Amino acid sequence: MKRVVALLMENQSGALSRVVGLFSQRGYNIESLIVAPTDDPSLSRLTMTTEGDARVVEQITKQLNKLIDVVKVLDLSVEDYVGRELLLIKLDSSEEAEAKVISLGGQVLFKNESILNAEFVGSSEELDKIVTSLSESNLLEVVRTGLSGISSTSKTLTI
Amino acid sequence: MSKEKLSGAEALMRSLQDEGIELVFGYPGGASLHIYDALFKQQAVQHVLVRHEQGAVHAADGYARSTGKPGVVFVTSGPGATNAITGLATSYMDSTPVIVISSQVKAHLIGTDSFQETDMIGVSRPVVKHSFLVLKAEDIPTTIKKAFHIATTGRPGPVVIDIPKSVTDPDYKFDYSYPKDVDIRSYKPVEEGHSGQIRKAAKLLLASERPVIYAGGGVIQNDASEELIELVNFLNFPVTNTLMGLGAYPATGDKFIGMLGMHGTYEANMAMHNSDLILAVGARFDDRITNDPAQFALGAKKIHIDIDPASLSKIIKVDVPIVGSAKSCLRQLLNELKKNESKLHKEKIEPWLNQIQDWRNEHGLNHDMLQKPSPSGKILPQQVIQSLYKETKGKAYITSDVGQHQMFTAQYYHFDKPRQWINSGGLGTMGFGLPAAMGVQLAFPRATVACVTGEGSIQMCIQELSTCLQYDLPIKIINVNNSSLGMVKQWQDMQYGGRLSQTLYEDSLPDFVKLAESFGHVGMKVEKLEELESAMKDCFKLKNKLVFLDIVVDQDEHVYPMLEAGMALDAMWLDKETKTWE
Repeated sequence: MKRVVALLMENQSGALSRVVGLFSQRGYNIESLIVAPTDDPSLSRLTMTTEGDARVVEQITKQLNKLIDVVKVLDLSVEDYVGRELLLIKLDSSEEAEAKVISLGGQVLFKNESILNAEFVGSSEELDKIVTSLSESNLLEVVRTGLSGISSTSKTLTI
Repeated sequence: MSKEKLSGAEALMRSLQDEGIELVFGYPGGASLHIYDALFKQQAVQHVLVRHEQGAVHAADGYARSTGKPGVVFVTSGPGATNAITGLATSYMDSTPVIVISSQVKAHLIGTDSFQETDMIGVSRPVVKHSFLVLKAEDIPTTIKKAFHIATTGRPGPVVIDIPKSVTDPDYKFDYSYPKDVDIRSYKPVEEGHSGQIRKAAKLLLASERPVIYAGGGVIQNDASEELIELVNFLNFPVTNTLMGLGAYPATGDKFIGMLGMHGTYEANMAMHNSDLILAVGARFDDRITNDPAQFALGAKKIHIDIDPASLSKIIKVDVPIVGSAKSCLRQLLNELKKNESKLHKEKIEPWLNQIQDWRNEHGLNHDMLQKPSPSGKILPQQVIQSLYKETKGKAYITSDVGQHQMFTAQYYHFDKPRQWINSGGLGTMGFGLPAAMGVQLAFPRATVACVTGEGSIQMCIQELSTCLQYDLPIKIINVNNSSLGMVKQWQDMQYGGRLSQTLYEDSLPDFVKLAESFGHVGMKVEKLEELESAMKDCFKLKNKLVFLDIVVDQDEHVYPMLEAGMALDAMWLDKETKTWE
């Protein structure tokens, strides 16, 4: 089962490598991982998706909590949450391609005679579908950020 | 009051003094020259020069395990740092408070593959509780304070502080002050157990008819033996200790049923397997304890007290997990039980205690082998440990290396006090015993310290014999010499058709007596059982000398009981022919 774990950690060198190292060290898989400083510049927020049953994810969150640099951990997927990721694409430029992007809910970011860049924001499943339907067009390159998430309950991942 | 101006190196030494550190183990090098110069100019912190950095970390670890105080190590960059890794991993697996201060190349050279450069933070990351790279001299006092706080609190563990040479520059001085306390927002270990969980645990304990208390190294680390003994006396429950927990409850205490697990006693493993309630304290259901987790003590409810939340339900799902220190939780549990004393019916567990006694009578360890020559006519390793126990009256600090001799010592030396038994349980590091004994002997100069080892393990840190001479450490080395890598050989005998692949080296072993003498120590050799006890006496009579007692033992002896892999705790080999299952 896919799980989404979010955490706050000290925004300092070495913190990220400890988090990532923990996963390889203990044999957990990371499917996607996204990290950036928060509005409090001393903290970074990291969201990761991983596969595993409840017991594995419980171990993962406990082990993450043990890291000195990790301030707070929240398993978003145990309750309601929203998760979104960003998809950037590069296509051969054409009017049809542009129309297709717009019909799929995307936004054109750049266009010249040969190249068209567009963005889509959505859940991972929505973006999967968009990539599939665009694959008939001349899709030159696809990049995804991985999932970022926030809880839809009164629980907050703040300090 | 004007503050004192100190360099980074001076601030490091002063911080250690302010932290109350009296002893540091280490080995100097290019990147640590400034630090060693600052060390030279002060007297409060004594330095022990080892012969290899691995020895320094094991010695600091032995010091930490025997005293409960943190052990401190200085190593230089590059190879100095990497040589410390085995010591760090050993400390990490057994959760001991060790601080390794590694020097690093100058800050501007980091990342350029400069001479003796290693990314120590990266290399040590999986085997430390935490690590710091110090990039400003001003950060040294706070970092030291934080490092000691992290290493010694919660579940203890090793901490690395990596300091570039430029940060210790003697020409750059700053206002020194040592912080009084420390606050790390992401690190607040919980000492006290949840009161609701304590009540649940007490209820289960009072209702149990076939209970076992299973105590591990956490009880020793947390100085909770007193509370454990009080709890056992109150409940009258049987107790088993893990390899790391030996001494937590006295081995000669009447409720002790021996060590459990891979080479645990028959009665301890049978009791665990057949119990209806297990109270685990400061133990972590290691694979050497549970055998197949899916078949582990299926009829038992489980209460688990541990300071580390990640240890709870990691291997075995427990019914009542309690996060907190052993000392605090056991005290809380005692208070709760005393409130409900009317519900305690000690007679309810009498049949269970009788059952355990029957198991012991049936297949318990024979602690009286000294007078009986073995069929082979050779000395048995068990006899060595029994003789050692007799000669030291059970009061010595015993360190050990790793292998058969370690298991025989755990089984046959009755440890009555916590911190008396010092061994590498988690990582199983051969070479640990001698340097660890140095740490213990330096902490307790008048105490009797013996290192039980084998001719395999001792050669892994043999260079420390030189350190022992330099610091007059009268350690007694009990070399259980079976001319083979005994534990590996035992597995080869049992599971690989006796194909002894790379476990024999009989013709190339050193003459240990001459070897000890060449290092300025006393060497003795024993080959006959009738000489064993008098040699042991002679060895310990030489109070001020290190004695290397080389004892030739039967090569074919195996350690029993031994669990059969992939089965439950009641599946044991009792000797070469007898097993407990069909």
